[in-house]
Amino acid sequence: MNTLTQRIRDSELLRSTPFWLPPTLIVGLAIYGSISWNVLISFTDFEGLTLPTYDVSTFDLEMYRQLFSDPVFWNATKNTFILMVVFTLLCLLTGLGLAILIDKGIRYENTIRTIYLLPFSLSFVVTAKFWLWMYNPDIGVVNTFFEGIGLEFLALNWLSPRLKLWSIIIGLVWQFSGYAMVVYLAGLRAIPDAQYEAANIDGANTLTVYLRIIIPQLRTSTVSAAVVLVVFGLKAFDFIYALFRVNPGPNADILATMMYRQAYSANNWAYGSAIAVALFVVALMIIGPYLYSEYQRGGL
Amino acid sequence: MSGKSKLQQLSSTIRSKDAAQDESTIVGDVPWLLVLTGTIAAIYLVPIETGIMTAFKTQDGYLTSLPFLPPRTVTLAPWQEAWNTLSGSFFNSLAFTVPATILSATIGSLAAYGLTNTKWRGQTLIFVFFVAGTFIPIQSVLVPVSRFWAIVDIENVLQSVTPLDLWGLSFMEPHYATIVELILTHTAFGIPIATLLFRSYYKNLSDEMLEAARIDGAGLMSIYKNIVLPLSKPIFIVTFIYQFTSIWNGLLLSLIVAGAGPAAPITVDLNKLALAGRIPTYNTMMAGAFITAIPTLIIYIFFGDKFVRGVAGYGGS
Repeated sequence: MNTLTQRIRDSELLRSTPFWLPPTLIVGLAIYGSISWNVLISFTDFEGLTLPTYDVSTFDLEMYRQLFSDPVFWNATKNTFILMVVFTLLCLLTGLGLAILIDKGIRYENTIRTIYLLPFSLSFVVTAKFWLWMYNPDIGVVNTFFEGIGLEFLALNWLSPRLKLWSIIIGLVWQFSGYAMVVYLAGLRAIPDAQYEAANIDGANTLTVYLRIIIPQLRTSTVSAAVVLVVFGLKAFDFIYALFRVNPGPNADILATMMYRQAYSANNWAYGSAIAVALFVVALMIIGPYLYSEYQRGGL
Repeated sequence: MSGKSKLQQLSSTIRSKDAAQDESTIVGDVPWLLVLTGTIAAIYLVPIETGIMTAFKTQDGYLTSLPFLPPRTVTLAPWQEAWNTLSGSFFNSLAFTVPATILSATIGSLAAYGLTNTKWRGQTLIFVFFVAGTFIPIQSVLVPVSRFWAIVDIENVLQSVTPLDLWGLSFMEPHYATIVELILTHTAFGIPIATLLFRSYYKNLSDEMLEAARIDGAGLMSIYKNIVLPLSKPIFIVTFIYQFTSIWNGLLLSLIVAGAGPAAPITVDLNKLALAGRIPTYNTMMAGAFITAIPTLIIYIFFGDKFVRGVAGYGGS
């Protein structure tokens, strides 16, 4: 008996609970409690100003039936995937390019790196305002530039329905490529110099060295940057809201904006919750495998 | 230039990097690199530079001049007008961002210590839930957060825990209750990333040192207070910077908690300067954008390296 009390007193599991248990409970309730609550709401008919009823016998999948037969949902899903994929790929490519250039060792390296990451330190609301001005069809920088160099046919209405999704992606790549650069730069700096030297002795050219030796070793950097970028692309709400408010129109509507519009403009709370569940499931399909592999290799 | 000579340059550059950064050699070797990176940097700055120039122009000025050129007549009127619209929400944003930053970082530090520098199994499993929490789309918690603050009457809660007539005090205003809601919301949702940043730092603390303290009979609290906390200063600064920037810059969570009411944060009110359906006055809008960006810009310019450390820590290893 004595040894049992002794063991309990010595157990670091118990003695450390004051440190980790309260934060775990806060996170558990705030994040995981909310997610579960959100799922419950999606089973109700909660809308307008009436309160939701949590009576299990009234729970149904009506919102999901409505969701899957809603063309707006499928359109938003399509846009979400386009944005997610194109944005992530462009960011990774730009970030990798910037990191390789900087890694070569240049004067003013710190200043230049600071400039590339500068947009990332700004709010999406702020950068959206910058791009609203940049894309102004008559006197914005983009069209002024194209007209100035004699490419008038490129002076388009960048925020028109046909182009707005691509314009949003360009603005976001400008803002996020610095992040990808930081991740890649850390990866590049971890590669021993001897590998460049060995390739040099073998007489390989620069391109071959990068394609065969350097870039394959950046796999971990690519994966971790890609996961962050993909998850961001999924929920790129702030930027789109600051440009178009709740109605970006069918060509730039993503699940994140549709969810907000349904819940907070139309008061279709249960329907908004169902869209949020769909968004959560997509995010889970990406972060689930990533976290599992990180856990397996002991990276957490 | 042949591929091979480029490579020689590359490796000599790397060698010279090793050899205590002989900058003259670097530039002598690759002037095209400086030109290229410099040009890209200039392109990256165009939207920001154009914004500054426009914010100092009159309406006539920006309508009749090239957007990125300096103003012919400098005016401060756009700044004045933007500040009139944004001053209230500027202080709202400060009022919830600072406490939420300090609270989430402190709690994150305690959680990371309990999950990293103590000896028991299963810590990583619990930590996985913190990491997953940093990736979860906010959309999937929005409606419950709105419901929660509709049910919990924070005004009454605060009244009941204070002995005075809290809301009767002359300097108290009803919307301070919403500020408290913002503090609590941002703290709760900020804990996962704060814990993640602290844990990656605490993992590298010397085990021998902590072990020695244990053998001396020091309790967990005393180890935290006397050893871990004093060593945590750098990571506290990194976390403060990361949290301040992301809470100040965020829109969605603040939007659904405070709305456009008297407690509105600046990221919500900035949208007032470009209302849909009205012709935006770009000079005022740009001035407003910079007023919104000033606190985070100052932090970024003065603590850029620490900001980078926070950014690099996000997303795991």
